[in-house]
Amino acid sequence: MLKVNNLRAEINGKEILKGINLEVRPGEVHAIMGPNGSGKSTLSMVLAGNPSYDVTGGSVEFYGKDLLAMSPEVRSHEGLFLGFQYPVEIPGVSMVNFMRAAVNAKRKYFGMEPMSASEFLKMMREKRSVVELDNKLASRSVNEGFSGGEKKRNEIFQMAVLEPRLSILDETDSGLDIDALRIVAEGVNKLKSADNATIVITHYQRLLDYIKPDIVHILYKGRIVKTAGPELALELEERGYDWIKEEVERKDAEQRR
Amino acid sequence: MEESIRQYIELYEHHRDALCSHSIPAMNALREQAAGHLRHARLPRLGSENYEITSLSELLGKDYGVNINRLPMDVNPAESFRCGVPRLSTSLFLTINDRFALTPISTNGLPAGVTVCSLNSQGAVPSEIIGRYYGGLASLDNPIAALNTLLAQDGILIHVARGTKVDKTIQLVNILQSAVPLMAVRRVLIVLEENAEVNILACDHTQNNTVDMMNLQVVEIYAGAGSRLEYYEMEESSVRSVRLSALYAEQSADSHVTINGITLYNGVTRNEYYCRFTGKGAELSLCGMGIEDGERRLDTYSHVEHTVGYCHTDELFKYVLDDSSRGAFTGLVRVDEGAVKTEAYQSNRNIVGSGEARMYSKPQLEIYNDDVKCSHGTAIGRLDEMQLFYMRSRGLAEEEAKLLLKQAFLSDVIEKVRLSHLRERLTYLVERRFAGGEDACLSCKGQESCGEVDMNIEY
Repeated sequence: MLKVNNLRAEINGKEILKGINLEVRPGEVHAIMGPNGSGKSTLSMVLAGNPSYDVTGGSVEFYGKDLLAMSPEVRSHEGLFLGFQYPVEIPGVSMVNFMRAAVNAKRKYFGMEPMSASEFLKMMREKRSVVELDNKLASRSVNEGFSGGEKKRNEIFQMAVLEPRLSILDETDSGLDIDALRIVAEGVNKLKSADNATIVITHYQRLLDYIKPDIVHILYKGRIVKTAGPELALELEERGYDWIKEEVERKDAEQRR
Repeated sequence: MEESIRQYIELYEHHRDALCSHSIPAMNALREQAAGHLRHARLPRLGSENYEITSLSELLGKDYGVNINRLPMDVNPAESFRCGVPRLSTSLFLTINDRFALTPISTNGLPAGVTVCSLNSQGAVPSEIIGRYYGGLASLDNPIAALNTLLAQDGILIHVARGTKVDKTIQLVNILQSAVPLMAVRRVLIVLEENAEVNILACDHTQNNTVDMMNLQVVEIYAGAGSRLEYYEMEESSVRSVRLSALYAEQSADSHVTINGITLYNGVTRNEYYCRFTGKGAELSLCGMGIEDGERRLDTYSHVEHTVGYCHTDELFKYVLDDSSRGAFTGLVRVDEGAVKTEAYQSNRNIVGSGEARMYSKPQLEIYNDDVKCSHGTAIGRLDEMQLFYMRSRGLAEEEAKLLLKQAFLSDVIEKVRLSHLRERLTYLVERRFAGGEDACLSCKGQESCGEVDMNIEY
């Protein structure tokens, strides 16, 4: 479904992604790990279409279409979802109105009538239960006054409502206590199917105890430097990132010679 | 004498008798004094202190007619005024230009102790009240107040007797309609006696886009001890209209006053608020919002004076500016010596949505004693990029996301409206304003509340 080919991107003139290659197929769970500052969040922002980032090279295909040519909203309609590392607070916009606008925008894109109020509320109720999100949060402003855990659960709730084909979860585990982590991970697992895929971006192995990846990538200095099975995550947990860094430096030095 | 003032002084001198013959002695008594002030006045120009975007000299220099002889205007209010507040049953009063008009439903449901009438009413209560209060607050040093005092012939008196609580909202609808350029000189006097309570909604409507119209208004508010007043002003006029309004309020001990000025559609507007506390324990919530686009101008000036201690001011003004519009906010909160335990918070926040729009903001605090809690602040910025991206990443089109963010930005001013039906209505109107076109009624898709009101008028 997703083919990333030699993707390069920069922000404020600084190159962050230096040639990313990645392929994701339906039903797969990918984990992207890497030390701080390696470009993990940039990759998620570029895939979701954040206009603050400039793509300087490469291509991304999403179900055969040119993802990079699409606006962020069209990427969403086409089935891409980004769970934000820092969900944005929007005071004055209620969660309910926000989700109704989102759902109806997608329906409009596919030439469907807006959802009726009762249908919509019923769906909200069902989807809330996926992450045990309190009803009262739904009537509040988007993420405003939410705790860290509530914000992340709210991301998964939105994912449940929008039913994406590919979800990118950026550090969804950061700032979560163990109970919240379990609820969030269970939510993600409930939404998993043979037709959709997930990219989990994480710094630690912890989340991968709950969301089992099929493939683990290591991102370092803007490139994917290692790809392997789930055992790679365990190795990282044990040995840290230093050996990866050393390996990369050594290869680079060899190439220079 | 300044040229732009001369025409009004001459008008007054030539038509003094006609002008006075239509008005009560209390109004006539102040005219000479007002003329005296104006003869020596130097009108503020662009860039004069506290006049960043408004030139009174230029605005008043235009040739507007004044309806000296009180000719009835050919106006069909049902055509001009279309926006009621659904589910909010109000006691409705009209002024057509500056002339007071009664509608059959005006006095429905108003309890004894409430007087709403023309300033020219002959009754015993109005005469006594007007005689005592008219012109008591409006300073003739202010050219807007002086010119209004010079030429005003009619207006509205709202008097609420001691201890009277008015459940039904009093709605004043001001309609500006004329075939020729016109200056409407309107005067409003609101007097709440001790422990009186009332909510007032004043709406300005101009549907005419082709004629220059000036709305020159002075409002004087006396809030007696322990009284409660909520006073909302909403402007829905046209790009050709100019509104110069000066509101003066004086609050006695333990009174609660909310003043909320909402500018949805306008041309050039300057709203001035002068508020003063004379008794301890009083509270003022002074707020407003404006949605400006095209070439529209909105200028707010506020002067809040804490002359006594233990009073509380909460001030919040928010603007959203697009296209080539201009906004200005000048606010001064002054805490006098001896006004201990004062709490005063002033805030002005603005979104400037285009490179051509401009906002001038000058929040000021002057504090002359130690024992106070005060703050002031201003912010001028663009829509938050991250909020926009977050919304778009959920599928909202960029324009829709911007619209929601602008509405959301104004939501805390709307939240300050305590009348829930008015709050809902305002939410709808703001939504429509952002989504819609140039004009209030032309862009109104939901005509649901139009023509609801029985519009037979008696003067």
